[in-house]
Amino acid sequence: MQFFLEVLIGGLLSGVMYSFVALGFVLIYKASGVFNFAQGAMVFAAALTFVGFQELGAPFWLALLLAFAVMVVLGVLTERIVLRPLVNQPPITLFMATIGLTYVIEGLAQGTWGATVRGLELGIQDEPVQWLMEATDIGVSKFDLFGAGIAALLVTLLALFFQYTRVGRALRAVADDHQAALSIGIPLQTIWRIVWAVAGFVALVAGLIWGARNGVSFSLTFTALKALPVLILGGFTSIPGAIVGGLIIGSTEKLAEVYLGQYVGGGIDSWFPYVMALAFLLIRPEGLFGEKHIDRV
Amino acid sequence: MKMSKTLSTSLIAAGLLAGVAADAFAQAKEQFIGLPSYRVGAYAAGGSGVFGGWIDYMTLINERDGGIGGVKLTWEECETEYNNARGVECYERLKKKGSTGNSVFQPVSTGITYSVLDKVAQDKIPMVTIGYGRTDAVDGRVFPWVFPMITTYWSQATTMVKFIGSKEGGMEKLKGKKVVYLYHDSAFGKEGLGVIEKQAQKFGFTMVPLAVAHPGNEQQSQWLKIRQEKPDWVILWGWGVMNPTALKAAAKTGFPREKMVGVWWSGAEEDTVPAGDAAKGFIAAGFNVAGQNYPVVKAIQDNVYKKNKGNMEDKSRIGSVYYNRGVVHGIITVEAIRTAQAKFGAKPLSGDEMRWGFEHLSIDAKRLKELGAEGFMPDLKITCADHEGSGKVKYQQWDGKQWKVISDWIDADRDMVRPMIEESAAKYAKEKNITPRDCSKEG
Repeated sequence: MQFFLEVLIGGLLSGVMYSFVALGFVLIYKASGVFNFAQGAMVFAAALTFVGFQELGAPFWLALLLAFAVMVVLGVLTERIVLRPLVNQPPITLFMATIGLTYVIEGLAQGTWGATVRGLELGIQDEPVQWLMEATDIGVSKFDLFGAGIAALLVTLLALFFQYTRVGRALRAVADDHQAALSIGIPLQTIWRIVWAVAGFVALVAGLIWGARNGVSFSLTFTALKALPVLILGGFTSIPGAIVGGLIIGSTEKLAEVYLGQYVGGGIDSWFPYVMALAFLLIRPEGLFGEKHIDRV
Repeated sequence: MKMSKTLSTSLIAAGLLAGVAADAFAQAKEQFIGLPSYRVGAYAAGGSGVFGGWIDYMTLINERDGGIGGVKLTWEECETEYNNARGVECYERLKKKGSTGNSVFQPVSTGITYSVLDKVAQDKIPMVTIGYGRTDAVDGRVFPWVFPMITTYWSQATTMVKFIGSKEGGMEKLKGKKVVYLYHDSAFGKEGLGVIEKQAQKFGFTMVPLAVAHPGNEQQSQWLKIRQEKPDWVILWGWGVMNPTALKAAAKTGFPREKMVGVWWSGAEEDTVPAGDAAKGFIAAGFNVAGQNYPVVKAIQDNVYKKNKGNMEDKSRIGSVYYNRGVVHGIITVEAIRTAQAKFGAKPLSGDEMRWGFEHLSIDAKRLKELGAEGFMPDLKITCADHEGSGKVKYQQWDGKQWKVISDWIDADRDMVRPMIEESAAKYAKEKNITPRDCSKEG
């Protein structure tokens, strides 16, 4: 039982890490209906920019601010150069554009800061909480708990932003209906710029957490792969869905790897979440918290 | 007036002709080497180090020695991004370059190696795969155009067990021990599995294989299992982000890094630096060592970087594991050209002539010293039947800041590995309808 609990808790905390990346996808999809394939590249670029500024001598907070500024500029440029010319184009066109954007961001980031793998220290040790370990023999990482705390804070801030600010309400209006939002004077382009900037901020937070965990390298772009089943399960338009989806995916993939992996050769945690997400699609195609799409005939 | 005009025209024509002839001569005295490099994308950190070191060594030969026997080395990079399709494209693009075509192909990628395996034999271009690629290609009777030089994954796996045995106080002490084989769930990761299994039977230890799905940035379940299994040692057969993730997870579960032995694709600065303090004590195999205190590296700094002709933008990476691995690639290539020139003359060599050079390559301890590479890489001797030529591996330990050599060259258990190679190569020969060469008849 103790081992089961340890696997479960570890899985839940890993799931929170996946949610970080999923949040960025949700924000952009919610506001513009675009599935942003470049979210993983944004995570990588944000973390690399942060450590790049640190290497140039910037202290933590300045590096964070500068990296955020870079992500805002990137968001604004994306809206101006990539999205604006494609307004009213089919979603698949916008999706393809974000695939191209992925390569541009990856190349720009590596071209600017170099391809070397870097370490990133946030000052939180990735070691078990000692008293819990001694009392229960269950290892729960301090760093994972810190990540969960940051995720909770981020979701609260985003919820407050969407619910109680003018911009947040405008964002929701745009998400509901572009045409209707435009007709009542909501500036679509400004909203898109803001949402890409917020997604850039979420990418920065995700990049810092994942970078501190595994190092800042190109592999940060792969974190997007972990977010996809979370999105399918939680719904593409729901912030709480990204969190709950992350928790479900994280815990089930770990339990599956530990208890089922041995019967199929192991290493199943890469595909098991997708199988689960697919199975879930059959029952609830819009995801746990996704909006039900009804078309009039 | 007319006379002087005729004379001027003749002189100009003669000058132009002389120029063209000189150009043609200069071109004829160049040995072209195509470099399928990867400096962007997922594996750029390793690629930029390896190809940087390799190019720096060739620049050293040109700058310091004026080339090899007066033949200057020229090269062209083609970006593969470590992608098989692009690798094949680069192979095709590079093969006709230079006065004799591309004289050697070294993809530094197992995937690309497999993709062009048949092509190199058709095009008569030797393919050198140092520390990667197809292990059974060591059998030169079946694979005359492929050279998995210095040491293969199978040889390395036997040295790992020897190293662990030495740490336990003798091979007989391995009996009853438990070793976890934590591997990248890919063809690369599974490469060592069979050999370690055989050794587990031979020496009486238990081997527990644990797969990690690509890319390996999440290993919590595997490390919880390791905590449950309580192994004596963990062999880390990892690649890329899987390595720092494993080291961090080991620290989290309290497994001592001094009891973790990595494959040579786990043993670079790029694997340990991102893991921070968690990497301290980690041990890894290598067919080259890290460090700047080798005469060959110093020669590069004196003759290349002091003239601002170096390839590395970040000079702090000179002497890193990947950089030095690139220098090893350079040494092997240059020494093969020297060997071939001794037979065919100091001229640009064709792929066929280069193949002969590789097949007769011998770098003994004396030659290593002359090259300034004593202790830097092992001695080797390639033959028609043996395209590996060495099988030796050293072990290095990360002290928190740099790699420190902690063993001498450890010989592979070739008595165990060779029959496996021959069996696998014979199977391939049967599949492809290849008649193995009779090495006694080879010149």
